[in-house]
Amino acid sequence: MTATAGLDPPPMQHALEEFLRALRANELAISPAEAMDAHRAAVQVGFSDRALLRDALCVTLAKSATEVTRFENCFDTFFARSVGSVARAPSEGAAPSGTTFDLEASLEAGDAAALAEAMETSAARVGASDIRLVSQRNLVTRRLLDDMGLRTLDARIAADRAAEDTAARARAERLAQRRAELVDEAGAFVARQARLFTGESGRRMREQILGRQRLTAVEPEDAAAMSALVRRMARRLATKYARVQRRARKGRLDPRRTLRRGLAHGGIPFEIMWKSRRVEKPKITVLCDVSRSVASAAQFLLLFLHSLNEVVESLDAYAFSDHAVCVNDLLDDESVDDATALILDRVGFRSTDHGRALADLMAMSGGRLDRRTTLIILGDGRANHAEPRLDLMRAMSQRVRAVIWLNPEPATYWGQGDSKMDAYARFCTVAKTCNCLDDLERIIADVLRTYVKP
Amino acid sequence: MEDVSASVEGLVAGLAEVGYIASRRIAAALYMALHLQKPILVEGSAGVGKTELAVCAAALLGLPLIRLQCYEGLDESKALYEWKYGKQLLYTQVLKDHMGRGLADAPDMESAMAALHGGGDLFFSEPFLEARPLLAALRAPGGAVLLIDEIDKSDEAFEAFLLETLSAYQVSIPEIGVIKATVPPVVFLTSNNVRDLGDALKRRCLHLHIPLPDQALEERIVAARVPGIEAALRAQLVAFVQALRGMDLRKLPSISETVDWARALILLHARALEPSVVRETLNVLLKFEADIAAVEPRIGELIAGRP
Repeated sequence: MTATAGLDPPPMQHALEEFLRALRANELAISPAEAMDAHRAAVQVGFSDRALLRDALCVTLAKSATEVTRFENCFDTFFARSVGSVARAPSEGAAPSGTTFDLEASLEAGDAAALAEAMETSAARVGASDIRLVSQRNLVTRRLLDDMGLRTLDARIAADRAAEDTAARARAERLAQRRAELVDEAGAFVARQARLFTGESGRRMREQILGRQRLTAVEPEDAAAMSALVRRMARRLATKYARVQRRARKGRLDPRRTLRRGLAHGGIPFEIMWKSRRVEKPKITVLCDVSRSVASAAQFLLLFLHSLNEVVESLDAYAFSDHAVCVNDLLDDESVDDATALILDRVGFRSTDHGRALADLMAMSGGRLDRRTTLIILGDGRANHAEPRLDLMRAMSQRVRAVIWLNPEPATYWGQGDSKMDAYARFCTVAKTCNCLDDLERIIADVLRTYVKP
Repeated sequence: MEDVSASVEGLVAGLAEVGYIASRRIAAALYMALHLQKPILVEGSAGVGKTELAVCAAALLGLPLIRLQCYEGLDESKALYEWKYGKQLLYTQVLKDHMGRGLADAPDMESAMAALHGGGDLFFSEPFLEARPLLAALRAPGGAVLLIDEIDKSDEAFEAFLLETLSAYQVSIPEIGVIKATVPPVVFLTSNNVRDLGDALKRRCLHLHIPLPDQALEERIVAARVPGIEAALRAQLVAFVQALRGMDLRKLPSISETVDWARALILLHARALEPSVVRETLNVLLKFEADIAAVEPRIGELIAGRP
């Protein structure tokens, strides 16, 4: 099998290369090294046994269960086309790829093989596989057909229709009929290309836009995509930050362990042990505003909180509007949607009272705020002319490792009207504007890196 | 060995002979691993036969199986090599006596130092090397099957350390140099997805995900593993397990549980599934109290639900 596979003609290698490109468009990360592995695998098993090729490439290229599914879909779509054109290839001699292709003659003769091959060639020429967005489909189809010589054909059909000769007119009808079929086929061909090569790019572009969208102005139809984005973001942050738990402190001798080890060698300190220390798991306390003024952003903040709670071990979460409540139990026990709804139901949509919220927080978790805690406050800092309790803010900021305040309003509004943000900001380690997901991710990542990790 | 690994069909048949019923994809993965000389990373939920695959592959290929169980805190001295400290200590003492005699007649310090450097330095040399699984697998004369079990339980540092072994089949020992494998071992890594593995490691491996089997495949597996079971009971119990997998349970029963259950039923001389027998043996299949409680009231329906 190996010997014949080694002689496989370059076209199949080209097909494999195209296939890898389609896989990449479907979000399988395939490095050049993996591409080489794929080629080696294909040479090893040959192209004749489709199921075997599928298994071999899958084993080489797909690196997780979801990638396996994506790979299988992509393989089936991609090679559905190849098998079609290759199976008809025997009559290839009729229209070798080098010679000029006569669309009219091929249509008249009903030479499917020649047509299919011409379509592939034209597709390569007009770059059908460069298609990036589904909306480009019609344009690419048009270009593809033009390249195959549709204009000449149209002129010919028009001329024949106008002719006196009934035979010519009949021929024109026949051609027109086949032309319609050809257009359909080209449309289907491009649609398949689009499915293969646009893959995830449309969704990705939308996510990029959503990432920069103001949290307070998310359209209801985007909400689902937005929640997926938030969840992914939280997971990404959490894996990044949950990593190192023990770090060796090179250069600090541990005499006790060294002596104990030495006992095995007659008391000679033969193996030298170094001190290592366990990195303490940091604690995060989050106070999240869900009042009327930030209601639209609150959903996403809560969503973010819920996702973070799944991955950060010691997270204390509180939600507040006119008073604060602990929402740990809800985050632990309920699903995302239920938790968000219940929290909003419990304290949401009332007017803000930051002072009261701070007092509640102090009463509920005062003892737990210590040097290892990072306090994150999500809120607009609008006190509704109530007492802002700056004294509590000062006390907390002295107790904890860092206070991070994320405010959806731009900094120029801080201190305007009933905003006490400028006063609060004095006691914060970091106070930043945060009104879109990209901001949120960047700031939280900074926070985790700088203040939470020892 | 050659004839078996020449084709995927040969591997399927060969594995079946040593008692492992492999799907074509599993056999294809093994085939690719043997021919491209790459490690296989096997993923799948607990009990679908990840470890068993390595054991059976070793039996099929007639190679020794060297197993490295990973856990948090596993380091090179337990996975790769360690120096035989005691012997090294003895060696230095012997050397001291010996050198004392040899150097006694050296006229001055310089010639003593020259004599000292002249002697071969055996302190860090292969005889003092205690081979741990990785090194043992590389040094096995006819090749070996190396099973690195539950790689996801190890630390990231260890994973990074494995990269050299897995891609070049060699290890670097600072005091000696690089030791290369004479015959590259067939490497299996298994993972339960406790944590995500690094991309670098994944890239160096073939990836095989073993799903829970369908009815037909599972029946064949039970038949191979529990030869004494009657066909009717086998079909019935596999159908029952398959139905369980459609339910919302904390831990779905996997192949090993099905096999254990089949053995238990034979021990109890059960001829067919009856609610009372199932109720008594449910703890073989389900490992959580809540799951058992959820399934118990529906046993009759689950047995009858499918012919």
